[in-house]
Amino acid sequence: MGLELYLDLLSAPCRAVYIFAKKNSIPFDFQFVDLLKGHHHSKEYIDINPLRRLPSLKDGKFILSESMAILFYLCRKYSTPSHWYPPDLHTRARVDEFMAWQHTAIQLPMSKMLWIKLLIPMITGEEVSAEKTEQILEEVKNSLKLFEEKFLQDKLFITGDKISLADLVALVDMMQPVGGNHNVFLNSSKLAEWRMRVELAIGSGLFWEAHERLVKLAEWDCSTLDPMVKERICEFLQKYK
Amino acid sequence: MGLELYLDLLSQPCRAVYIFAKKNGIPFELRPVELIRGQHLSDAFAQVNPLKKVPALRDGDFTLTESVAILLYLTRKYKVPDYWYPQDLQARALVDEYLAWQHTALRRNCLRTLWHKVMFPVFMGEPVSPQMLAATLAELDVTLQLLEDKFLQNKAFLTGPHISLADLVAITELMHPVGAGCQVFEGRPKLAAWRQRVEAAVGKDLFREAHEVILKAKDFPPADPTTKQKLMPRVLAMIQ
Repeated sequence: MGLELYLDLLSAPCRAVYIFAKKNSIPFDFQFVDLLKGHHHSKEYIDINPLRRLPSLKDGKFILSESMAILFYLCRKYSTPSHWYPPDLHTRARVDEFMAWQHTAIQLPMSKMLWIKLLIPMITGEEVSAEKTEQILEEVKNSLKLFEEKFLQDKLFITGDKISLADLVALVDMMQPVGGNHNVFLNSSKLAEWRMRVELAIGSGLFWEAHERLVKLAEWDCSTLDPMVKERICEFLQKYK
Repeated sequence: MGLELYLDLLSQPCRAVYIFAKKNGIPFELRPVELIRGQHLSDAFAQVNPLKKVPALRDGDFTLTESVAILLYLTRKYKVPDYWYPQDLQARALVDEYLAWQHTALRRNCLRTLWHKVMFPVFMGEPVSPQMLAATLAELDVTLQLLEDKFLQNKAFLTGPHISLADLVAITELMHPVGAGCQVFEGRPKLAAWRQRVEAAVGKDLFREAHEVILKAKDFPPADPTTKQKLMPRVLAMIQ
């Protein structure tokens, strides 16, 4: 059994791993773990990753979680082109800095946007308060401002002239609200232009293939949501009220 | 001007950077930034880090934030012993895995514990409801269990037989609730034994020195109203 990647492309970190592996022609078996059906809580998956999160990688007996760790592992094992994780001390540090910062500054608020705009109303039948929504919108706005000022600046990509892991991770994170029909790229032409460059560097075909499940999320019939999963989600969502 | 590290040892990630630099004999100028006096919000510090957070590193013209990035930068530039961030593909991946996981897991819970148990009521003069505190402590408990079951398991250190960046980051995080008066190692013999090993590997004196400030957090005098007002919005954003 070769390399296996446990993924649901609804998840931004899964999309980063998927796009990276495909773009670099890394052969792998796509193991679909359906988040909407709660398959990440199945016994089979818990055996792979007791943290019950996606993505996971299985390479022979070696199991790895966390998209950052997986991306670096794939870079090293498959000797991908150096622009993805440049070897220059300062440039590499800048990628590391972005990858660390984005967990709480970008990934989290973007994910919250999708919950607020689509998933919470869809699953619980209740809208999130205007106050809470406004709070998250502010957070997203501030994060994108920091992203432009500190990481992108006037460059083509975060590290300079070529795409790196940082751009890939940033973009898949920022696409998350699109599943809820919220486009964060509308307010800044700089951001929109960077988005296009990253898409083109990846390849539009691969980019949109990776995002298909996300953009169709609004069509999902959530009555098929596993009741136990629904209950878990509703509990978890108490903090968004 | 050599390497400068902008630190406040009240902060978990600052402790990790400080211990790492000292342990590896990396020469640096310590630039203290006192968080409880709001020094991170000064214009002077914004020149170093517009994100207004510690730790920050300045190496000539190059500035860097985010403790994980700083630790990796120091690892590469100063060619520290291999065990901190092993060359071996899988061993390194396990360190990367912990360093990624901790951002939204252990770090978050340890931070919230300190603030809900001590910093809000004592320093900010803002009471925290017993329910809120109980919820935070319960979350911490779950995370500690994950740390033991998924990461430590039956190994000497988090990712294998030797100490690594993962252990350093984890231990400095766990000292946050300890500083708040939570006995996180009580009833957890595996974690307690691991703590002893990490302390011994780092050096007891250096470990104690790095944790002097956090262990006195309970005794901080209350913030004056101006400082409190200045700090509050960012604190609330930080711990959510």
